[in-house]
Amino acid sequence: MPQALRDAVAFLVPWELSPLAFVLCVGGVAAYAAGLRRMPRAERPSRWRSAAYFTGFGLVWLVMQTRFDYYAQHMFFLHRIAHLVLHHLGAFLIALSNPVAVLGYGLPRALTQRVLVPLWRRPGMRIAVRMIQNVWVAPVIFVGLIFFWLTPAIHFVAMLSPDVYWVMNWSMFLDGLLFWALVLDPRGPGEAWAGFGARIWMLVLAMPPQIVLGAYIALSGVELFDVYGLCGRAWDMSAATDQTIGGLVTWIPAAMMHVIGALIVISRWIHADRGRPAPHAPALAHGAGD
Amino acid sequence: MRRGFALAALCLALAGCDRIVGNDGPVRDVSGLVRDLHFTMTDENGRVVHADDFRGAPVLLYFGYIHCPDVCPTTLARLSEAARKAAPKGLRIVFVTVDPARDTTRQLAEYVHAFGPRVKGLRSNEDELEDLARRYRVSYSRAKPDARGEYEVTHSSGVFAFDAEGRARLLILPGASTGDIESAMRRLANAAA
Repeated sequence: MPQALRDAVAFLVPWELSPLAFVLCVGGVAAYAAGLRRMPRAERPSRWRSAAYFTGFGLVWLVMQTRFDYYAQHMFFLHRIAHLVLHHLGAFLIALSNPVAVLGYGLPRALTQRVLVPLWRRPGMRIAVRMIQNVWVAPVIFVGLIFFWLTPAIHFVAMLSPDVYWVMNWSMFLDGLLFWALVLDPRGPGEAWAGFGARIWMLVLAMPPQIVLGAYIALSGVELFDVYGLCGRAWDMSAATDQTIGGLVTWIPAAMMHVIGALIVISRWIHADRGRPAPHAPALAHGAGD
Repeated sequence: MRRGFALAALCLALAGCDRIVGNDGPVRDVSGLVRDLHFTMTDENGRVVHADDFRGAPVLLYFGYIHCPDVCPTTLARLSEAARKAAPKGLRIVFVTVDPARDTTRQLAEYVHAFGPRVKGLRSNEDELEDLARRYRVSYSRAKPDARGEYEVTHSSGVFAFDAEGRARLLILPGASTGDIESAMRRLANAAA
């Protein structure tokens, strides 16, 4: 085997295989692909929406289940990129694709009928989801999680304990899905849980704390996360450089995702105001129905 | 599910509270965070050894390499000096080489003996070393060799301390003084009792 191929294979082998990640990513992609095949042609989402879904899961798989995870465990700035993918980019793309209708066709009937629908119909479940998917609560959880896991003493624990590390990454990904699903809900006012103005408000509310935190980390000049030095960096890079880049990742691309989100919401708002549906909205609204 | 998740995270955080608040000195509590001592490697005498062979007394686990210019010898000297003064009977300092390609068993024997009888040198093949790195979340990487074939290795700087039952207890930072390490060793002895 040529060296380049061997390296590629070594990179793709999961650093720490997680059965849950496997079931969720591979299952999610397989169910979506099956749904696309079974769906009547007229209802099928546009190609770019499907591409957003596959890219989103592909990126999540990349950061969680390849050797990238090893590097993310040992370089602060790569850890920040991993969280950018889990919390912002990957979750954003999956939410943007609005996969509910396709998944409805693709998921095994036994799973939807016996597990998902009854679970969703339980009153406690709906109340809990409504509470979290609230205009005030969602941005607070979204930002709160970032601050929580970046508290130096908590970060130390998360990077040393495999169990806490796992909870950290999954909490970021699931919260990202919830937040962006709320913001990028294709349904219009009345049906969606948050109006267009409220969604822009959520995006605006969540942005400054991330900018402040990212700037603080990037410019602090004090080593905040010494666990990377204790466990060894993946390659020879100074702690200061690593932290500065990590802070910039927390600051700039994260804020950019909020701006992109806001632009999408504004464009949908304009479409809705003109009395015509936003592109692809009808089929999606139907699919996302309760 | 989201709430269950938040609850689980909260429980974990609360359970680890004593390891979060005030856990920022040169010796940190890692009980319940780092996995138990577990390995199979070859020692400096060429014998195959298991973590179980070390049960019954505390173990300090340190990753390094023989050609290491400063950090490894300083750390080992400090550990063995503290051990001479304060260590409970049988405490072992285990030096795992992250450069098995260059560090032969014989070199390893000469190297560890220079630091006293408590220091053991362990060597493994690349796969076993990678498993160990995954287990303790440590990393090592070799730089490109220079014209003479010499190279430096980037590696972890913390020392993992396990009690007599092989449970992870403390993480000793490179900034710890001999005094800090001595009191850490006493804590380990008490934890085992």
